[in-house]
Amino acid sequence: MSRERILKRIQRNRPPAVALPDVPAFAPPSGARRARFIAAVEEAAGAVVPLEGDVGAWVQRACPDARGVAARLDEAVPGAWRPGPDTPPEALAGLDLFLCKGTLGVAENGAVWVGEAAAGRRAALFLPEHVVLVLPCTALVDTMHEAYRRLDVRAAGFGVFIAGPSKTADIAQALVIGAHGPRRLTVLLR
Amino acid sequence: MKPPPASTDHAAAASAFLADEARAGWHDRALWLVRRKRDRAAAAVPEWETLRTLASAVKAHTLSRLDDYLLQFEAQARANGFVVHWAENADVHNALVYDLLCRHGAQRIVKSKSMLTEECGLNPYLEARGIEVVDTDLGERIVQLSGEPPSHLVMPAIHRKKEEIGALFHAQMGTPEGLSDPAALTAAARTDLRARFFRADAALTGVNFAVAETGGFVVCTNEGNADLGVHLAPLHIASMGLEKIIPKAEHLGIFLRLLARSATGQALTVYTSHFHRPAPGQAVHLVLVDNGRTAHLGREGFRDALKCIRCGACLNTCPVYRRSGGHSYGAVIPGPIGAVLMPGVDPERYASLPFASTLCGSCTDVCPVRIDLHGQLYRWRQVLGRRGRGGASKKWRMRLAGAVLSRPRLYRMAGATLRFLLRWLPRRALGPWGRHREWPDPPAERFGTWYEKQRRRS
Amino acid sequence: MNVALFVPCYIDQFYPRVAVATMRLLERLGCTVRFPKGQTCCGQPMANAGFEDAARPAARHFAETFAGCDYVVAPSGSCVLHVREHLDLAGDTAAVRHLRERTFELCRFLDRFLDLDRLDVSFPHRVGYHAACHGLRPGRAGERMAPGVDVVRGLLGRVAGLTLVALDRAEECCGFGGAFAVTEEAVSVRMGRDRLRDHLAHGAEVITSTDMSCLMHLEGLARRQGAPVRFLHVAEILNGNR
Repeated sequence: MSRERILKRIQRNRPPAVALPDVPAFAPPSGARRARFIAAVEEAAGAVVPLEGDVGAWVQRACPDARGVAARLDEAVPGAWRPGPDTPPEALAGLDLFLCKGTLGVAENGAVWVGEAAAGRRAALFLPEHVVLVLPCTALVDTMHEAYRRLDVRAAGFGVFIAGPSKTADIAQALVIGAHGPRRLTVLLR
Repeated sequence: MKPPPASTDHAAAASAFLADEARAGWHDRALWLVRRKRDRAAAAVPEWETLRTLASAVKAHTLSRLDDYLLQFEAQARANGFVVHWAENADVHNALVYDLLCRHGAQRIVKSKSMLTEECGLNPYLEARGIEVVDTDLGERIVQLSGEPPSHLVMPAIHRKKEEIGALFHAQMGTPEGLSDPAALTAAARTDLRARFFRADAALTGVNFAVAETGGFVVCTNEGNADLGVHLAPLHIASMGLEKIIPKAEHLGIFLRLLARSATGQALTVYTSHFHRPAPGQAVHLVLVDNGRTAHLGREGFRDALKCIRCGACLNTCPVYRRSGGHSYGAVIPGPIGAVLMPGVDPERYASLPFASTLCGSCTDVCPVRIDLHGQLYRWRQVLGRRGRGGASKKWRMRLAGAVLSRPRLYRMAGATLRFLLRWLPRRALGPWGRHREWPDPPAERFGTWYEKQRRRS
Repeated sequence: MNVALFVPCYIDQFYPRVAVATMRLLERLGCTVRFPKGQTCCGQPMANAGFEDAARPAARHFAETFAGCDYVVAPSGSCVLHVREHLDLAGDTAAVRHLRERTFELCRFLDRFLDLDRLDVSFPHRVGYHAACHGLRPGRAGERMAPGVDVVRGLLGRVAGLTLVALDRAEECCGFGGAFAVTEEAVSVRMGRDRLRDHLAHGAEVITSTDMSCLMHLEGLARRQGAPVRFLHVAEILNGNR
């Protein structure tokens, strides 16, 4: 069996014990966290919209041409249907717009954590043309260290940090937005 | 794919790459830009150097208790509903994956980027058995279509110009002739691959980090191709090298802050996906692969290379890599990290790689996990020297040089002879130095002679 | 301060003017300089080629020649680095450890120990400074261009009339690399030409460095091309040589 042979070789070859270091608390960076978060999302080619009113009004105002719209939010979005674990992926692929809740935003890199419970179905975060994450201002943290202190990644089952829309630079290092996944990513900050 | 040569000759391959001067310059500049982006990203994090030290220490700790952490990971991953397999080498890994595909009746698979499966030669193995394998990372897809290996760890097609990719896509995907706009070519690949994602029976991914405490694993991509693959297919097989393990989820914070910044200068990859449970109706299989890693763990002075998180920063910064191209290394892992890992795989075949360096140390400067790359290159040279690289004649030439350079009288005679020769021999005749470089004008006397004269005078 | 001058073999043979400048410079700044007789080579060429055994006699000879010196100073970052990192080839004794710690590249020594206000020189030229990789390495934990890593710019900044030209790539290796220059000829030559182009494009009249080996490579390329640029070791500029 590979397993036993591998473990035996590790026991034979591993170096003497080395202590596990503690991760220190780093001083928070200067400047407002919210402003840093917005700059980081924009750096990642995403957009941040401070939201005053309700999401439905924003959709009608900002995405009037969106045909297929789906949402998993507490509030109603006119014209939107609610995907769930049993939604066939073909239905998601036809979406112009998908909106769901983000759990936490990271100011240092503009990433937003979304768990599968919020997305309804994992693929819903990757198939639509435009993904919109609704995030409360109070859910912003400075760094990834803080993010992991707050999150229970295991309990999420599946979860993903999303920093901007899908992108690639694999052809001649030219940045192209919209590789395989969404071509747009918007964070609605309220 | 062409069969690899018996042993790689980096100098010869580099010379061939450099024959096209304009292209070599383009390659160098493209990678230098990525390196500059890394610099800016690193400079923006005040605790950058501390993070590097922490990352290195966490990996050192993990390697020192690798068996414990693997067992902990195995137990937790099983509790999460994943099936865990162990593969001690590439053959076992490939057979295992093939067997899983057969048992699930999978004919068509989509694959996201995984250097491990490159290392195992999984694609040709499966294709020979009638499985359709589609690489879905755009760069990987490009090199797959052109029938060549990746030339870079994170930018597999960095050696290809957009015009060449346009011609390739025209021939293989029917894009309009002459189309070379990266956005248009990317859109064409997106359409082509979208359909393949939906048809796939199984999705294969690599693993960037596996967390012992939580039994979960993390996959990072910018394109979203790993996620599209695994969230649409009923079977997810994730192959990971043993060294991908880290103790706790909190350590992800350290490594993720370093990885993308070191790789491309991004603060984080677009998608950093954490898997801790199969999706409803889906089977997830994890394959823990050794393939030489436990042997490498036993190589004191070299084991730190197992800390590598495959960011590619050492490639981008390496002045030799930038000017010789990834394929010149003739190895799955090119660049400085390849030059310290590959001789462990096959010291004969990869003997030229540790010498493909000026020992400038730029790689060590940027490595996010502080692998002493140039030190390892130096040490591999010693190992290879002892193994007789360069043949008996080289050994005796070195012995002779060592003898001359440690005896003042012989040293003075040899120096005088060399200065004499330089004065009288035709400049271009003197071997590889003289082909493109003038020799220095030899002075009438050496410093030591001048100094003695001065001293006697005063 | 008593300083033992270590003149690397290729400087001794090909660039005695650099060793003279180093000696004069140290003396002007108040050192008593001695050139230990019978010195040869630190052993780096054999060791870097993968033959530490062949390098051992040279390392032992070096350790004997310089035994007991207060400070050993050399106009070469590369040879000093070899002494500091690998002189244990001569045996890991207290004397050898002392020697490794006390061996300095010239500019680092000047910066750390000497009164630089006495440095009263001018050099009214546009100078391209090639940051030799090995000179930057000792004791460095992170970025090679981090503040404080490279002391040479500061030293050159004290020279009246000297203009340091900005380069596109301030830290790129020149491609010399010892035997690499010959075994990897194509890459070495290309790296050197790229460095040279950077300096020339920014109007350097003189290219300088802590390491004559890098300059030997770059000068060899420049002269073959007929490029209008001169090469001087940092010691020569700091000593007021024209």
